[in-house]
Amino acid sequence: MAFESVLKLLFFLIIGVYVTFYLFDGTTDIYNQMSQLADFKSLTTFNNVGDGFNWAFMIMLSFVAIFLLPRQFQVAVLENNREKYLKKAIWLFPLYLLLFNIFVIFIAWAGRLTFSDSVNAEYFTLLLPLHHENTFLALLVFLGGFSAVISMVVVSTLALSTMVSNNLIIPYGFLDAFSKNQTERNEKYIKNIRRLSIFSIIILAYFFYIAFSKALSLYAIGLISFVVIAQLAPSFFIGLFWNRGSSRAAIIGIIIGFCVSLYTLVLPFVMKTITGTNDFVEFGLFHLEALKPNALFGIDFLSAPAHAFFWSITINTLLYLVFSLTQKGHYRERNYAEMFVDSRNYSSLQDSALVWKGEAYVADIKKVLIRFLGETRANRALSIFFTKYNLPQDTQMADARLINFSEKLLTGSIGSSSAKILIASVVKEEQISLVEVLKILEESKETIASNRLLQEKSQELEQLTSKLKDVNLALISKDKQKDEFLDTVAHELKTPITGIRAATELILEDDDMPQNIKIQFLSNILQDSDRLSRLIHNILDFEKLETGRDELDLKPHDIQQTIVKAIASIQHIANKKAIRITNKNPHKFSVNYDEDRILQVLTNLLSNAIKFCPPDTGQITVDYRLGNSAIEVLVIDNGRGVSAVDLNFIFDKFYQTSEQNTIKPQGSGLGLAISQQIIKKHHGKIWVKNNQKSGATFGFKLPFNYLEHA
Amino acid sequence: MMKKILIVDDEPNIVMTLEYAFKKQDFEVFIARDGSEALQILQNNTPDVVLLDIMMPNVDGYQTLEYIKKQNGLKHTKVVFLTAKNKASDIEKGLKLGADKYLSKPFSVKKIVSEILELLD
Repeated sequence: MAFESVLKLLFFLIIGVYVTFYLFDGTTDIYNQMSQLADFKSLTTFNNVGDGFNWAFMIMLSFVAIFLLPRQFQVAVLENNREKYLKKAIWLFPLYLLLFNIFVIFIAWAGRLTFSDSVNAEYFTLLLPLHHENTFLALLVFLGGFSAVISMVVVSTLALSTMVSNNLIIPYGFLDAFSKNQTERNEKYIKNIRRLSIFSIIILAYFFYIAFSKALSLYAIGLISFVVIAQLAPSFFIGLFWNRGSSRAAIIGIIIGFCVSLYTLVLPFVMKTITGTNDFVEFGLFHLEALKPNALFGIDFLSAPAHAFFWSITINTLLYLVFSLTQKGHYRERNYAEMFVDSRNYSSLQDSALVWKGEAYVADIKKVLIRFLGETRANRALSIFFTKYNLPQDTQMADARLINFSEKLLTGSIGSSSAKILIASVVKEEQISLVEVLKILEESKETIASNRLLQEKSQELEQLTSKLKDVNLALISKDKQKDEFLDTVAHELKTPITGIRAATELILEDDDMPQNIKIQFLSNILQDSDRLSRLIHNILDFEKLETGRDELDLKPHDIQQTIVKAIASIQHIANKKAIRITNKNPHKFSVNYDEDRILQVLTNLLSNAIKFCPPDTGQITVDYRLGNSAIEVLVIDNGRGVSAVDLNFIFDKFYQTSEQNTIKPQGSGLGLAISQQIIKKHHGKIWVKNNQKSGATFGFKLPFNYLEHA
Repeated sequence: MMKKILIVDDEPNIVMTLEYAFKKQDFEVFIARDGSEALQILQNNTPDVVLLDIMMPNVDGYQTLEYIKKQNGLKHTKVVFLTAKNKASDIEKGLKLGADKYLSKPFSVKKIVSEILELLD
């Protein structure tokens, strides 16, 4: 191969020098003569944007082809065993191409000057020496070309036949048979399959040549194959740097891209060969303008190959990206992606990090190896493996490294897909979740990608934990509040019960009790019973409001009407203490609220006010005013006012002011707490402040439109 | 000599029953509706026993007990808590502060009277 390349280059340089300096007077001479030609300018410049695009696409296409044509891939990747080779190829290969191209232009120009347009430019290197009757040089060139062709045919056929046998025939046809066979027979089978593939590929190529090649130049055929093979490019190049690419997306992209290139490039000349007319190209499929194979959707300024390249690669790439992003990759795929995308991981990962959770016996794997490699080679390989990793020679269970090692060994003789299938058949493998894969990867060697994912996950977890903590704290505090609430409830319930129990006991057991005392005790019992039932009612009411089980019955009501009702219901108590209640604002105003509940609040505020107002001189004023978004209702009294300490706690449940004289008022300690809950449910606000002169003002706001705040 | 008892409680209905019961046992009964009233009474009187509620406005039962313990003149005065607070921790706290007995509400009047009589014997 290498020899053939050097030979080819040498011959080409010879013919280049011959044409440039012997037939003409050097490069300047050719250029001067060439520039005399009428179409010189159009040949050497971009005439329009279309040509620019053509040129750009051709460069891209060639770039892709250098990597992906089977023979190039065979040499650049498969037969490239060491990194050292790669370093050398990086400068040698471009140099080789550069040397080749030095004379291409001059040979082309010289041919053009000599023959004008009459012959196929591909034959210039042969025709020029022949034209000048230098048959020796012509022979040399022919031999150079011949050796190039031979090597190309050999390498291409080898590459293709290996692909066909390793990736198609063996894994999907003969693997079962192989597993049962003896070593020697297997080797024979594999060789025969390869030979058969080589033979059929050459025959097929010949038929293609017969059918189509006569109508097309080598250049055109080459470009078609470039475009077809370029379909591998999106997944190949993007997959090198992107760990999300999935195989299914790659396959979809490749197939659709392939179909597009078939339609735009192969179909036209096939149709032409079959029908003998150019109708397909000129009118498009079904005579649809948009489907013209060389001008899809009106893009008509590109050459056929550039056009085909543009459409097929664009669609291919888009499909690859979209499907990769929208579909979740298989864990193993992600694993490999991590490994290959970040090459730093590769060395440390290739043996061990195939994250693998399964079990296999060394004996089983050995059996498979023997079948394909023979007893001695298999034994030697295993012994080398065990020595390398410091494992005892009689190791029973295979680990991930051995699995990978064996797959690689087998890949050499039957190809990677077959090797994988074979090894998988003796391995009991468990599915690993992606999270696990990433976790193990992270443990073995921190990969940036997995780290990021883990970090995200752990951040999520942290957030969740802190949320849980908050919830827990809230629950604990709720729990504590509940405990305190129950304690207070118990205490509050016990007080009237104590009174009832003691009084009843005395009446029952003391026969000489004076009548008036007996009556006093009985009325105390009655009072305590009332207190008890009121307390129970309020506790239940409060709980209902606090836990949100109570739905408000919201309807438009006239607030003035409600105030009148509230005052009426409490008037008799006020009368007893000769307290005057004034209803200050006589205007009607309609707001959305639950009237029963608001009445409850108003009655509570009023009875509180009555409680703390001095008898006879007591004055209570009920007023309301309109704000921007809420109505504010005020209950103003001229009592003692609320002490500074009490202002903060007055709406707490069971809070009773320490300054209620010494006789406990009739309240349950829940009145204001219930009122607050009711107003809160209306999305309003309840508050208290002391008046400047005397007494306190309790007020609450109700939003006009409850829904806006909901 | 008549025995003297000071009943300190902010619930008048409860006080009424205790007052009646102890008067029947020939006690001289003083009544205070909270700790501060109790302290006033204790300045001029030396009861044999104080029956003390804990949860009261202003000066509560604990504070009243502390005051009594500090007064030299009230050395012989027994203090009995009578309260609805009857968790184990409450009882422990009360006895630690120096109460002679800890009785819970609701109560049997007969039992309270006999407990007090027993204490004073």
